[in-house]
Amino acid sequence: MQHTHYLIVGASHAALSALHAIRLHDAEQEVTLLTRDDSLPYSPTVLPYVVSGRSDPGRVFLRDENYFTQHKVNYLRGAKVRKVNAGQNAVELADGSEIGFDKLLLATGAAPMLPSIPGLAGMKFHVLRTLADALALREALPRIKRAVVLGGGLIGMHAAENLAKGGVEVSVVEVQSHVLAGYFDAEASAMIEKVFAANGVRLLTGARVASFAPQGEGCRATLADGTELDADLLLVATGVAPVTDFLAGSGIATGRGVLVDEHMRTNIANIWAAGDVAQARGFFTHDRIINGILPDAVDQGRIAGMAMAEDPGTKNYAGGVPLNTYSFFGQHAVSVGVHEGALEQAGVEVKKQVDAEQNHYLKIVLKDSRLAGIFGVNAAFDPGIMWELILRAIDLGDEKLAFLRSPQDTARALMSKNWR
Amino acid sequence: MGAAYETINFKAEACDGCNDCMTACVQAKAQSDDHLRSRIQIVPSGDGFELAICRQCGDPECVLNCPAGALAKNAGSGVIDWDGSKCVNCLLCTVGCAYGGIVYDALSSHVIKCDMCDGAPACVKACATGALKHVTTARIYNEVGNLEDLFVPGLSGCQGCNTELIMRHTLRRIGPDVVVATPPGCIPGMGSVGYNGLTGTKVPVFHPLLTNTASMLAGVRRQYKRSGRDVMAVALAGDGGTADVGFQSLSGAAERGEEILYICVDNEGYMNTGMQRSGCTPYGAWTSTTPVGERAHGKTQDAKNLPLLMVMHNCGYVATASTAYMEDLYEKLDRAIQAARTGFAYLHIYSPCTTGWRFPSDQNIEVARKAVETNFVLLWEFNPKDGLHLTHPADNARPIDEYLQVLGKYRHLDPDQIAHIERTLANNLNRIRGFAAAKGTSSAAAGHA
Repeated sequence: MQHTHYLIVGASHAALSALHAIRLHDAEQEVTLLTRDDSLPYSPTVLPYVVSGRSDPGRVFLRDENYFTQHKVNYLRGAKVRKVNAGQNAVELADGSEIGFDKLLLATGAAPMLPSIPGLAGMKFHVLRTLADALALREALPRIKRAVVLGGGLIGMHAAENLAKGGVEVSVVEVQSHVLAGYFDAEASAMIEKVFAANGVRLLTGARVASFAPQGEGCRATLADGTELDADLLLVATGVAPVTDFLAGSGIATGRGVLVDEHMRTNIANIWAAGDVAQARGFFTHDRIINGILPDAVDQGRIAGMAMAEDPGTKNYAGGVPLNTYSFFGQHAVSVGVHEGALEQAGVEVKKQVDAEQNHYLKIVLKDSRLAGIFGVNAAFDPGIMWELILRAIDLGDEKLAFLRSPQDTARALMSKNWR
Repeated sequence: MGAAYETINFKAEACDGCNDCMTACVQAKAQSDDHLRSRIQIVPSGDGFELAICRQCGDPECVLNCPAGALAKNAGSGVIDWDGSKCVNCLLCTVGCAYGGIVYDALSSHVIKCDMCDGAPACVKACATGALKHVTTARIYNEVGNLEDLFVPGLSGCQGCNTELIMRHTLRRIGPDVVVATPPGCIPGMGSVGYNGLTGTKVPVFHPLLTNTASMLAGVRRQYKRSGRDVMAVALAGDGGTADVGFQSLSGAAERGEEILYICVDNEGYMNTGMQRSGCTPYGAWTSTTPVGERAHGKTQDAKNLPLLMVMHNCGYVATASTAYMEDLYEKLDRAIQAARTGFAYLHIYSPCTTGWRFPSDQNIEVARKAVETNFVLLWEFNPKDGLHLTHPADNARPIDEYLQVLGKYRHLDPDQIAHIERTLANNLNRIRGFAAAKGTSSAAAGHA
């Protein structure tokens, strides 16, 4: 049986960040990185751009062979893990072979969740999580005129925009009353929706698909209100969920994801998890949450890697803060932190600046003079600085009014003073 | 060994908020005057100003956050390069940056960040107050860091010793084809000349008397030359051995134009033997032989201006240097090495002494820097052809108190003594400026030839 000191399962942001942290502290001990794909590492986030043709699929890779050689990393492609035998410190691959480890990181990410809608299971449809998915969509693009995107979250909206730019007539069906509900309130979402509508994308919010039926190469979706949508292509983008079924019987504790502590360690001492597969403490809640966003995967991966390498500088995970950036049709929206509804109301202040004509929106949520959330459409502020202000729970004190008036400059000055 | 990189340094206290740096940046990068598009951002903060700019981090989170492989730290320049052909405008890099160093620019519809202007930052050139500085000392680290340290590890200098730093830097640059003379003082005292039958130096070294360093070296150089070998003759001597008891042989060797590089490490006294005063100890300073008590208040005479004395010998090269200004020190060292191949080169390097001057051992470089910033020490160089010129601006000197206050040896000074020191510094500066104004004369040029 092959044996390695560090075994990392997965090859996206959390895995690569952990690998980087390990090699900063431990240049020598053997590291093996497994990916189920047949390619170099890539990010799921880039895939909508592969579909549209903006990104060349040959140039989206996050590391090259040279990186792995230089850092003495054994990079194994096409290696899907079927089972973890925690007791034997080994994983079993789909081809039946085994790899032993001293320390294991699970960074296997998430997979599309499929809704249980009558007719869907037996039909041909697309999802967008792997490079193969993206290439399949891209390959289908020239043949289609009409597409239905199920789900108005980030993946669905990115895909809808890129399909529309490819000349496809797109309808997005979203169950919730507005798109991107995970990050923006109805008012901000309305601005985003307006831009999509102006660019010819049909958004059906608060709408539920009652059934699907195949129709030629494509499908017909019948909504709960009886509306019928015909499409040559169906993309299901109703969210993703951690993949944990391969851990059944391993003894690794799971909830919705793999449960981890403040060092991303699972209930088993030599096994860690990070990224979209992990369920870790939230910053605003004490429950463990799935915070499936790229910058958090990088953070969690770093902490896990440092802990695995026994780096004395390892810090505790501060907790997941919801955040995201979103650019669409040349405009942009940014969300950092939580809305007022997620907080206990005492000490909460909310300030909004809205200019519907200019499609400008800014909302700031403070709790006890500390930043809890900031949300913008075409508003200038530095999300990285805002994230730090939240994590450091910096009391805005005398700067509060200045911050509400001019968050970017005030936050930069606070940063420069506090980070020094 | 990893590489070191150039950086842009910001001194908040020197910034007056003129925003010329932002103008220069947008003009260079976007042919615009819109400060919002500048990659360097000066922001008001209370009574002063703060800065947002890409720090070109060593372990950059923006790069780890990029899903498209569009950001990468350039191993050669250290700059975090942005590749527009790969960028997908997702803005996740801006989430990774806690410094406001990479931001979305609506007009160009993509993120922008500082690229250091290919090694010549426009913002720094535009900064008139000195708040922005382009720090290029990385060059020294990258070039010299790979040369062999010609002293053994574990010399027994005091904690925070500046002299040990000077020794290691200078010999590393000079290289192994050298014979070193180290007359009595801290330099042999910390083990470079040997103990228990071993030397602390990886090259031939000898221990002359205090009186005959320059004459012995002259003989060694001549003997090697006669036998056809190009071996550098280098003295690493203290200020006592140079200014006082060793001065006769030094003066003679300089007058004859012996091919020697004489480095005087000036810690303003005989520190190795218990901190006695030397001819280079400044007025007012406490030493064990210029004590402070009911009657005595430190040294009652001014220091000799030793490097200026060497100028009057019309040496091939004379310069003063400080370890707080390493680029300057290295440039002068290179010129001194060159000059010593054909004539006498003299380098006077100030070396604050943590033990003898009484200040915390982690403050050595700061003390060295303050000495220069207050004009207590003037940095200049001389050769017979071009004459003398200042290499560090002496205008806008900081108040002398900022230097005197950090040193225990000046703790007792009364206002009259401080006034005396101020007069001395003013005289020194006038004298040096006089020499600088005089430039090279025809007789000096002849002397050089």
